[in-house]
Amino acid sequence: MNTPKPSQWLQVSDLPGPDAPRHRLAHPGRWVSGAIGLLILALLVRAFAMGQIRWDVVGQFLTARVIIVGFGWTLLISACALALGVALGLGFGIMRTAANPTLRFAAWLYVWIFRGTPVLLQLLIWFNIGLVFPRLYIPGLVDERMVDVVTPFVAAVLGLGVNEGSYLTEVVRGGIGSVDRGQIEAANTLGMTPGQTMWRIVLPQTLRLILPVLGNSAVGMLKFSSLAATIAMGEMLNAAQRIYFINGAVIELLFVCSIWYLAGTTLLSIGQFYLERHFGQSAAGAGSRRQWFKTRSRQAIASGEA
Amino acid sequence: MSLAVKAVGIRKQFGTHEVLKGLDLDVSYGEVVCILGPSGSGKSTFLRCINHLEVPDAGYVWIDGAIVGYELRTGVLHELPVGRLRAQQRQLGMVFQHFNLFAHRTVLGNVIEGPMVVRGLRRAEAEARAMELLHQVGMADRASSYPSQLSGGQKQRVAIARALAMEPRVMLFDEPTSALDPELVGEVLEVMRGLAKGGTTMIVVTHEIGFAREVADRVLVMIDGEIREMGKPEHVLSNPGDPRVRTFLSRVLS
Repeated sequence: MNTPKPSQWLQVSDLPGPDAPRHRLAHPGRWVSGAIGLLILALLVRAFAMGQIRWDVVGQFLTARVIIVGFGWTLLISACALALGVALGLGFGIMRTAANPTLRFAAWLYVWIFRGTPVLLQLLIWFNIGLVFPRLYIPGLVDERMVDVVTPFVAAVLGLGVNEGSYLTEVVRGGIGSVDRGQIEAANTLGMTPGQTMWRIVLPQTLRLILPVLGNSAVGMLKFSSLAATIAMGEMLNAAQRIYFINGAVIELLFVCSIWYLAGTTLLSIGQFYLERHFGQSAAGAGSRRQWFKTRSRQAIASGEA
Repeated sequence: MSLAVKAVGIRKQFGTHEVLKGLDLDVSYGEVVCILGPSGSGKSTFLRCINHLEVPDAGYVWIDGAIVGYELRTGVLHELPVGRLRAQQRQLGMVFQHFNLFAHRTVLGNVIEGPMVVRGLRRAEAEARAMELLHQVGMADRASSYPSQLSGGQKQRVAIARALAMEPRVMLFDEPTSALDPELVGEVLEVMRGLAKGGTTMIVVTHEIGFAREVADRVLVMIDGEIREMGKPEHVLSNPGDPRVRTFLSRVLS
């Protein structure tokens, strides 16, 4: 018999009252790891501070006109490309679930091509699309040389937007697929056509499901817009490159860009957080439009059955 | 009484499993027909074939003047485009086992959806009629609630109002109380009893033998995809001829 001895054998007569003072567990590991983390952080900061970075140059260019204008372009490209991506994602996502096999195949092909090739490559191809289609000709509307139509800005928006759309197509398809089949059957028995069912019943429920993903897309898009620098689009990274080709302050200007990108993505993340919290809210505000999101929250069921 | 619905030789197969083996059914206006049977006997599938949520492999359903989903031209059934099929389907109000209320619409929004979008009523008109119906099912005071805030019984009563709002010729009920807690069954049956008294034509798939006995003009018992017994409830329920029906009834009645 070798059972370990309990460290303390309590007799019932020794038991304290219910309000006996208590100590919380100390968690020394957390303190040690915290200290190590701070140390590493301090060393990193010191390395950057003492490295060959002229911080005054960073500060000087942080608010330089060219950089600010470049950041403006970055925001504009991101916003336009995201809008295009969402529109394409919705359109092709709906097509992916269509009854018509031609539509389904077209959407599948779109995803296959644009999700299957690097976005940088797509940007370069859009920029040089004039080599394939020398003229853009729509009878009665447009007849121009392609190089005049597809400016670096247009190429950037098309490249980033069409690529994003291919990802969002799959997101929308998944969202539509996750709407309860019974919702569609109910709409059918009311006599609603497939179009009415899609627009009034399925899509509103899909959009709220995929909202968090769209937040993610927005953050990604802001960063991917830097790829447009490769096709001579004067967004922020391109502006920075043109400056450091002249003054040689490479790392300084890259830092300037990093700061702006971080600022942008931070703002978007905050927005995303509030958006998600808003739509993730439980039955707190009775009668709120957002109730539906937790269709089976315990509170809702309890209050309903009361 | 004139015929409202006529099912002719309905067959349905899922894979190799034959669910419905050629069913016929005539339902007259004002009649209440209850379909009973053990689970897996094909009752729900039969009901879903009647309003074309499932397309029968063979046979067809006629509702007062037209064959559901088809147009008869020189003896050949031509499949209808989806828009015309939907126009026929709205003649048959459907109440589902799992309610299927639109989760993103309020109670009122659920009831006015069909009338506004499909029948083209103006909002004020649709809302006035919807409130009458909600009053009828005892849900008028919850008009601005969302489905997630309702109990199962309340959801089902709203679902009944939503189906009635399309002014269908026939109401179909697919196990309307099977997903409900026992204490909530009564309120839904009460609403259905009211409809039956008001002369609504109803086809009800149910496990509620008591309801069938009390309300149904005709009861039919399905076993393994066939109608084994059909007739007045007092006959079928008390004195079934078919031995398998007798076994089924003795099991549910005990």
